[in-house]
This record gives sequence, C-alpha cells and structure tokens, in this order.
Amino acid sequence: MTSTELPFPGLRSGVELVPTTDTPQTGKEFTSDQEVRWCPGCGDYAVLKAVQGFLPELGLRRENIVFVSGIGCSSRFPYYLDTYGMHSIHGRAPSIATGIATAREDLSVWVVTGDGDALSIGGNHLIHALRRNVNMTILLFNNRIYGLTKGQYSPTSEPGKITKSTPMGSLDHPFNPVSLALGAEGSFVARTIDSDRKHLTSVLSAAAAHRGTSFVEIYQNCPIFNDGAFDAIKNNDTKADAIIPLVHGEPIRFGAEGGKGLIRDGKTGGVKVAEVADVGEGALLVHDAHNPDPSTAFAISRLTDSGYLNQSPIGIFRQVERPTYDDQARAQIGTASQAAPGAPDERLAALIGGGDTWTVV
Amino acid sequence: MVSKQVKQLDRVIIRFAGDSGDGMQLTGDRFTQESAAFGNDLSTLPNFPAEIRAPQGTLPGVSSFQVHFADHDILTPGDAPDVLVAMNPAALRANLGDLPKGATVIVDTHDFTTRNLTKAGYTANPLDDDSLADYALHPVDLTGLTVAAVKEFGLSRKDAARAKNMFALGLLSWMYGRPVDSTIAFLQRRFAKVADIRDANITAFKSGWNFGETTETFAVSYEIKPAPMPAGTYRNITGNLALAYGLVASGVRSGLPVFLGSYPITPASDILHELSKHKAFGITTFQAEDEIAGIGAAIGASFAGSLGVTTTSGPGIALKSEAIGLAVMTELPLLVVDVQRGGPSTGLPTKTEQADLLQAMFGRNGEAPVPIVAPQSPGDCFDAALEAARIAVTYRTPVMLLSDGYLANGSEPWRIPEIDDLPTIDPDFATGANHPLEDGESDFWPYLRDEETLARPWAIPGTPGLEHRIGGLEKGDGHGNISYDPANHDFMVRTRQAKVDRIADSLPPLQVDDPSGQARVLVLGWGSTYGPIGAGVRRVRKAGYHVAQAHLRHLNPFPKDLGEILERYDKVLVPEMNLGQLSMLLRARYLVDAVGYNHVRGLPLKAAELAEAIGELVAQAEGVDVDLTAPAEEAIS
Repeated sequence: MTSTELPFPGLRSGVELVPTTDTPQTGKEFTSDQEVRWCPGCGDYAVLKAVQGFLPELGLRRENIVFVSGIGCSSRFPYYLDTYGMHSIHGRAPSIATGIATAREDLSVWVVTGDGDALSIGGNHLIHALRRNVNMTILLFNNRIYGLTKGQYSPTSEPGKITKSTPMGSLDHPFNPVSLALGAEGSFVARTIDSDRKHLTSVLSAAAAHRGTSFVEIYQNCPIFNDGAFDAIKNNDTKADAIIPLVHGEPIRFGAEGGKGLIRDGKTGGVKVAEVADVGEGALLVHDAHNPDPSTAFAISRLTDSGYLNQSPIGIFRQVERPTYDDQARAQIGTASQAAPGAPDERLAALIGGGDTWTVV
Repeated sequence: MVSKQVKQLDRVIIRFAGDSGDGMQLTGDRFTQESAAFGNDLSTLPNFPAEIRAPQGTLPGVSSFQVHFADHDILTPGDAPDVLVAMNPAALRANLGDLPKGATVIVDTHDFTTRNLTKAGYTANPLDDDSLADYALHPVDLTGLTVAAVKEFGLSRKDAARAKNMFALGLLSWMYGRPVDSTIAFLQRRFAKVADIRDANITAFKSGWNFGETTETFAVSYEIKPAPMPAGTYRNITGNLALAYGLVASGVRSGLPVFLGSYPITPASDILHELSKHKAFGITTFQAEDEIAGIGAAIGASFAGSLGVTTTSGPGIALKSEAIGLAVMTELPLLVVDVQRGGPSTGLPTKTEQADLLQAMFGRNGEAPVPIVAPQSPGDCFDAALEAARIAVTYRTPVMLLSDGYLANGSEPWRIPEIDDLPTIDPDFATGANHPLEDGESDFWPYLRDEETLARPWAIPGTPGLEHRIGGLEKGDGHGNISYDPANHDFMVRTRQAKVDRIADSLPPLQVDDPSGQARVLVLGWGSTYGPIGAGVRRVRKAGYHVAQAHLRHLNPFPKDLGEILERYDKVLVPEMNLGQLSMLLRARYLVDAVGYNHVRGLPLKAAELAEAIGELVAQAEGVDVDLTAPAEEAIS
C-alpha cells in the first residue's frame, strides 16, 4: 500500500473561520426561553452560567454556534442556550458533531456530555473524535454517577461503590477521563471544576481557541445521587492538598504554602509527589503542556485518585498543534474541485457518460 | 486455416468458474464489456465467496461470473448456463448441477491432478470416465497452452500461468465473435507499469482467440446479433456504480453538498469507494469508526445543510436503528442505503436477499415511519437514488433505499440520461421567521409545517434569527420545544405518519402490464426480482396464457392506486427473496389474499421455476390446464 503527504492547512485558532460580530453580546442573549430543569443544587447550573457568561466573550455570531449533546442530565444543556443545538441520542454526540464540523468550517461546534454518555455508551466515538482531532470542544461533565437513570454507578465511579445496581459494591475499575483522552492522543486535554468559575472560564477560553478536538473534563457535583464526591477538592480546609494545579511553564506545586510538588520518579520514569523541603525547588517538574510527547502529561494524570477523590491535578494537561480532520477533508475537496473546473451539470454528464460507451441510433 | 461453421443464436448464457484467485470476476467483466460494446442486451451475475482467498482448489473457494447476452431485450442473468468454463475440478463440481443436458463444458485439464480432484471431492477423474457424457465436453490444457504462449516474456511459471484466464477469455471471445479491442486497451491500461505482465496477458488473450480459430477442437463459432435498443448512448453499469452516480447527481441537482458517513460492509462498500473519488463535486466521504458514527455524522451534516447519506447492509441497519429514529424525530433529510444481503446476523455477506423490508419498515422503537424506495435493476439504482433524495429533501425525512447484492454487483446496459431530463430538487432552506406574534413581530417555529407536504422548515446553522434546538425528545406541535403533553404526543405521532403518507400524493400511478386486459392473475414484486418476474411472465404469455405484472418502486407509502389494482385481480402472486414480507404488508393493508413465492437461496429467483408457479395460479384462477412446455422455448428469456 502507498501513502501520500497530506498538506497541512496551517495553524489557526479554533474559531478563526467563524464569523464574528462587533455588536457587544450579553449572557442573556445566549439564554433560551426554556425553563432549566436540573435538580436544585446541581453542578450543571454553575457550568451553564459560566458558559452563558463566557460565550459573549468569544464575539462570534450566535447563529454560527452549535451545541450538540447526547443523553443524560448534562445533555439537556443545548435547550438552555439560544444557539443552534441538537439533543441527540446516547453517546453519539461526538459523531454528530463530527458531521457538523466537517460539513461547515464556519461553525463553532461544542459537545456537552457526561461520564456515562461519553465513556460508557459513547466511548468509541469519543476516542475516535480525539484521534481524528476534529475541530470541536467536548465538555465532559463528570459526576461519577448515573443521574438521569437514578443512581447507578458510572464508568468513573470508585470501585466498591454501593449503588442501586451494585448493592454489594461496584466491581468496575474506573476510567480516568484525562488519561483516556491523552491515550487517544487528544491535542487539547484539560480538567476543571464546576464551582471554580474563574478556572472553568479560563479553561473554556483556551479550549475554544484551540484548533482541533478540545477535551475538558469538568468535575460536577450531583447533589442527589453522589453528593460530596468532590468535597476534598472544594472544601477550603482540604483543597490546597487535594488540587494539583497545572500551569504551563510553572513548577508544579501545591499544598498549604506550596510545600508539596511533583518530581520525576527515577525508578518508574513517571512522576510523584514530594515535599519541596526535601527535594528543593530546583527538582520540581516544570509543566510543559506543549510537549509533543504526551508521556509526562499522562504520568501527571495518573496522580488522580481512582477511589474517593482526595487528590487530582487540575488545569490544561496538554495543548499541542496537530492538523485537524475537518480542515484536511475540506482541503482535499478544495484541491479536487480546483482540478476539475466547469459547471456541475457538465461535469456530471462527463462522469456518467464516461467508461466504455456505445451509441444506438 | 480451417474453415469454420458459424451458427446463429439468439442468446447465450456463459458461466466462468474458477478458484477465487483465478481472476474469474475480471474475465467475466471483460466478456461483458465486449458484449456490451458489440450491442447485445445483457445481464450478469457475479457469485463469489466472502473469503478473500478461500483455500485453493476447494469447493468453498469457487468464484463464478455468469453473463447472459442476447439479440433481444432480456431481463435476467439466466437460470441455467449454456456454457461452463471450469478452471479446476472444484469449479466443475460446484457448477455442474446447474447445467442442462447438452451444455458445453470447457475445462482446464491442467488442474485435474489427483490432489485437486481429491480436494474437490472427486474419487475418480470425471474427464476420464463417462460421467460427463451428457455434456459437450472440451478438455483443454488452458494453463499449459498459456505458459507456452507467453514463454518469450521470461516470467516465472507461476506468473505465466496466471494469464490463463485471459487465454480462456480469448477462446470464448472467438467462439462468440466478440470485439477484442476494448480488452486489449484495458490490459494495456491495467498493466501499464509492468510491461512483461502486460504483454503476457495480451499475448495469452490473443493466443486463446487463435487457438479457437485454428484448432479442430472447436468446429463451430456462434453469432449473436446486436439487440435492438432505444436510441441513445449506452454503457454497461453495475447497481453500486449507478447508485453512487445517483447520489452524485442528487447533490448536483439539489445544489447540496453530499456528505457520506459510512462504515465498510459487503456488499455496500463500493459505493463508499466510488463516492470517495468524486470530491470535486463537493462530496465528503467520512469512513467512520462504526455504523452508528457513520449515520451520526450524516445526520450532523444534514443538520448543517448537507445531503446526509449513509450506506450499509442489513447488519449495519440494525446498528443504525436508533439514529434513524432520531432523524425521524428531528425530521431531517437523510438517505439510508441498505444493500441487502443474506441474513440474519452475518448471514451470507456476498449473496443476495430481500429480507430487510420489514426491518426498513418497522425496525425502530416507537411509531417511526420511514419512506422506502427500491430500485428494480442495476441501472435503475441511479433513478432510485435521485427519487430517494427528492423525497428526503422535500419531506425532511430519512428515506430507506433498498438495493441488494444482486443489483449491487450485477450489471446491464444503461442508457445514459441527459442531465436536463433529471429532476431538480429544491432544498428550500428557511431564511426568516415564520410565526407571527401578537405584537406584530414574528419568531421562528421549527415545527411549523408546510400545508401540502407537512414538511417542517430546514433552518441551517449560520442563518441569523432562526437559532433553535432539536432532538430526540417529543416536540411540541409548531414551536418544537420539549413536550410531554399526552394529546400533543398523540398528535405528533399521527402527524409524522401523515407526512409520510402524503408522499403518495407525489407518486405516479402504478404501471400495470396487462397486454391482453384479460388477466385474472397479477404478479406483484419489488426490487431486484423485477427481471426474473418479467422473464417468468413472458414465458407464461408465450405459452398463450394471460397474466398481469406490476412492480413497486415505493414500498412506503404504497402508490395510492395499489388497493384498487389488487382488487381487479382474482389472484395476486408476490415473488420475493424472503419468506413473504411484502405479502405480509399487502395482507395487512389491503386484506388481499396474496400468494407468496419465496426463495432465500442467496441467488436471484429462477424465471423458469417462477413461471411454473404463475402457471399454477393461472390454472386455478381460470379453471384451465396450463402447460408451459408447449411452445418453442428458445425465444424466451
């Protein structure tokens, strides 16, 4: 078999081809007339508010924004935004968004999904969207439980979890969504928290600006079926030790007074937590989100607890430039079209009239 | 030069059979192209195993290609071959049962070794005993002759022997007076980069021709005159190619970019391959990670203003069911192409069947009506694709296009249409608000319907002021917001059904072929059985009996006059390559006592057997004895 060098359309912003507006926009314009129907106290409200507040900052024409979702609590999201939107079927939002993003370069495409939607029933579409690097932003609301079906364990639930479907404890080993996305060679992989609006907004901005598939895991509390799942990283007394903040170009430090940090683990080749006082500041790992090799980002992602969440790195793990599927698909069509001038009707006549023909008079 | 006798024939059926690696499909295809160029009418039936290279020399590894060509209009690839070319013992054994007595059998003796005979299940060499006495047997060492003929090119023995199919093609081309230029030109193109292989194949081809002309083994050659056909420019075309061209044409004639989301599956993959070559028409082909993603991306593209298409076979439809339901609920244009194959489950991937009709009709949760269009011949796949696109775009609905394995790979001469004669399709995108408000302003309601078609507006992203959300949840009438209201759901379910039923208003009357006007039996079919039914009906009429024929292109909704037509006949016979799926629909809808004629052998129906079944029904309906053997058979196809 042979292969060919693909032309690289060049680096661009994630929204570069989307029409903009000079008219200032407000969050209200992005709010639809539909009543929001999540449970009181649901983390989804905070994310919705943040997105409604953030979208005007992009300055894009509202009609050129499309939100696509699957099934689950979070997937009601598009109904509450006054943009174009589709609430589709369970797990398939990335495939539908792939069609939209490939068909139209002038749209800003967003996928809203949950841990069940994206990682169980839709796991296949998620990893393939990531490897293709289709220009879209995927927001994965991870509450580590099935909410809409009323409280079964999810693919991110901790082992041993007692739920309606696991009265003796869940046997499933959970996915770490960030590890999974990095394993699928996602070009933009980040994690943020529903309750930290400032961090959430900064990650969303970076995700929108990235050209390719931006994957953002958002820790989101379900007050009904999994309340307190993220208490350790939200509680003011514990969060300093629980959150490992990732900032590109900065040494990775956390803990009260920044007393802890990440260093290379010489034995495993991975990374591990150390007391800064023991190892010295110079030994701390400096976060490099732009490293083409995802190994270190993956190693950092492994510091996330798979059981109850007492420790988790937060921020942008990886942000690298890579050609996008949709740009290249459109480039191939452009190249082929340029090489075939003429009216479509005439070219159609030439196509169907080709091959070995004979004429009967 | 021996002076040879030339006999006139009106039609011939040849079957080329060999091992999967012997190039039988190519040989048959070339013979077909030569016959097409000569001006015969023709119909072909490729038949090959699902395995790419099944164990050499075994019965499961046999691949064959049947071509029926004639000096008159024919409808099927033929029931029984007049000539069998068998390249090895397995090919002989696998196909001999289909031959009538007196058929010509040409075998390559080279492969009739003890080892190969054993592999094929022979305990004795059939060429040496009298087991083939009923046939006109021509044992020829095709391989040995080929190797000798191409000696000058210095190929390995293996490579030299591979040209034996071209030797066989040359021999048969001589026997039937085929024009050879197109095959020589084809070989020059195909092997342009490997001069010795090219020259060996051309030499083998010419040597085969010369062998026929000079040797005394073959005393007679045959002439089959060109068939009279309507004026026009023709080409030979397979169903998959015609269907792909129909999709290209749908894009051109609607002005919509075509977006194909597809996952490779036999026998539909060739449509994906073909469309991927036509990016210059603005066609995007997306090879998805699975069947569901294929249709998902197509739905997304439709939402974004493309003509979304997904192509698959029966197992793929099963996987796409939920997404088809989404397209029903969101009322987006979508083409779902099902190239049916033998089922259930993986079934018979390379063989044909019509057993997905009920899946197409009902294979979704809830009341989810989907229009169904079925082509009746390989060339007709072109028009059927355009018709499916017309319905999808006009009525904002997924449409099922039911082809099958026989149509997909079979071929026939196709009169190339004039572009101006093709229908135009108007996407009619929504551009502004459609719903007046009390304050004199207006807003956009995505489910406010066209009064005539009941279609909803197609408002694509990028259109200012028409921002809206759609999805799988039930929609409120008009405004399209989520609604759990019982009366609304009842109304919307009925409205979606009514919209599909309305398509019947746009359909032409069903053509009934009843030349005498005295028939009391109607034969009603759909899809690829058109050929065998037509040929069966001809036989019955030729024998002096009356029978009417009608063929359904639209399976959902049915043409409006179908019920009235069914009432006109005492008996209705419904031949299908399934266990009676159309029969079941007709019985349920029209309370008609439809009689099924059903075979699921993975092969097209046989016209002669079908004619007997028609005859029996005519006998019952008219109270007469029916004997189809009375008249001469040679003019019947």
